[in-house]
Amino acid sequence: MVAHAIFFYVFSIIAIISAIMVTVSKNTVHSVFFLILDFISISCLFIMIGAEFLGMIMLIVYVGAVAVLFLFVVMMLNVAQQKNQWFNSELTPSSHIPVGLIISTIIFFELIIVVGGWKYKPELSNPNTTQISNEVSNTHSLGQVLYTDYIHIFQISGMILLIAMIGAIVLTFRRREGVKTQSYLKQISREKSEGIEVLEVPSNKGVKIDD
Amino acid sequence: MEYVNLVFEEVYKILFLLVPVLVSVAMIVWLDRRVWAFVQKRQGPNVVGPFGLLQSLADALKYIFKEIIIPASSNKIIFILAPIITMTLALIAWAVIPFGEDQVLANINVGILYIFAVSSLGVYGIIMGGWASNSKYPFLGSIRSAAQMVSYEVSIGIIIINVLLCVGSLNLSDIVLAQQNIWFVIPLFPMFVIFFISALAETNRPPFDLPEAEAELVAGYQTEYSGMMYAMFWLGEYANILLMCALGSILFLGGWLSPIDLYPFNLIPGTIWLILKILLLFVLFALVKAVVPRYRYDQLMRLGWKIFLPLSLTYVVLTASYLFYFNLLPTI
Repeated sequence: MVAHAIFFYVFSIIAIISAIMVTVSKNTVHSVFFLILDFISISCLFIMIGAEFLGMIMLIVYVGAVAVLFLFVVMMLNVAQQKNQWFNSELTPSSHIPVGLIISTIIFFELIIVVGGWKYKPELSNPNTTQISNEVSNTHSLGQVLYTDYIHIFQISGMILLIAMIGAIVLTFRRREGVKTQSYLKQISREKSEGIEVLEVPSNKGVKIDD
Repeated sequence: MEYVNLVFEEVYKILFLLVPVLVSVAMIVWLDRRVWAFVQKRQGPNVVGPFGLLQSLADALKYIFKEIIIPASSNKIIFILAPIITMTLALIAWAVIPFGEDQVLANINVGILYIFAVSSLGVYGIIMGGWASNSKYPFLGSIRSAAQMVSYEVSIGIIIINVLLCVGSLNLSDIVLAQQNIWFVIPLFPMFVIFFISALAETNRPPFDLPEAEAELVAGYQTEYSGMMYAMFWLGEYANILLMCALGSILFLGGWLSPIDLYPFNLIPGTIWLILKILLLFVLFALVKAVVPRYRYDQLMRLGWKIFLPLSLTYVVLTASYLFYFNLLPTI
């Protein structure tokens, strides 16, 4: 139990510190790296409470794919420069701080409501949870619940993701003029007979090649 | 005292796994160069030690004694972290590889997901190295590499789903034991081919070595690295290649199982069979390097997204329908 507690505190301290560092660090790329560290330590926490499948999926999806795209965007768009302009412009105190304050106040009150409700009315916070038996593995039990009781919700969330994907493609898709693309079929099906033509050239007259 | 003993036991086990892996990485580099040379009718490294076996050791010594140069305008912490991360990630994945029945460091339930997660983290070593170098060629190389690895991971994931449908477990030992009757390479042969090609792309091997295409990008993300830091990238890369070969032999070639379940072959321990299978796959890797010319970048992306992804998805549907129709779906 002692080892368990030590690991728990190590991972949660790393998670909290890196979450703070995401917002504090000046360099945007460093922020993304701290975000990745945060994801990793949270997936370690998932594994520690026995949700090994969720932890691994978290690693694969968030760290392996989403954070890579974050890094791409941050590295390519040179966000650091924009951020500096943002902070140095004269509009700063009047325009950005009130918005930030409002949003953080809302989040703060939401947290108070959630924690308060969880503390004083515990029966409200866990409506009909499905019991998971210890005999089958994590993955199996998750699948048994997800594909039977909650299949419609699962399908709907899949559809929402699909629509989001199509929307992203439609937003960024532009038909550009004059792009040369390679046609593999055309290349492969080319033959010697139609590729070259041998002509008898009479001297002093030449031949006319039609285009 | 008990805790200390436990820790020592684990450390002993880890060393017993890692030292052979590192030694075999050195040997595999030699093998790679030898195969490459034989295809091109050269001798390859044959001077240091018998058959040149100690060549990698000599190279390692050379790297250790070389100066590590850190560029003045680089981001120093990330620059130093990048090779460390690459090598660590390449080595920790070996924890779940089963070398025989019960011969595995960590027999976890989600072994295959663990390997998949660790190999998808491998992108970061390269991105960090390329970005922290603060130079154009490394940055281009790392961007290319990240796009390439993310694209091919998708098809590798779907190929793994094909195998998992036949097994019904994410545990690597269960995957091997499910192949006692028939190796998955036979029913899933197209997936094996796609896995092999995707593994080439995933480990940045030729013909997909665009991140370090020397004609365009000098050495890609490794351009600014020198000495031991370069060697660590290199070790990590070869450890990853070895890992992909091990994964291929576990998923498709029956892991530690002997190919013929008869008397003289049964006596050979499973570890030997696994090593032989890994070597077979690695020689194929080396042959591909020697034989096939490098792909163009758009061709690479087309192959990943427009050919491998639809093909492997279709095969998932086919496998699932087949298993469902003939009532062969694995039960818990």
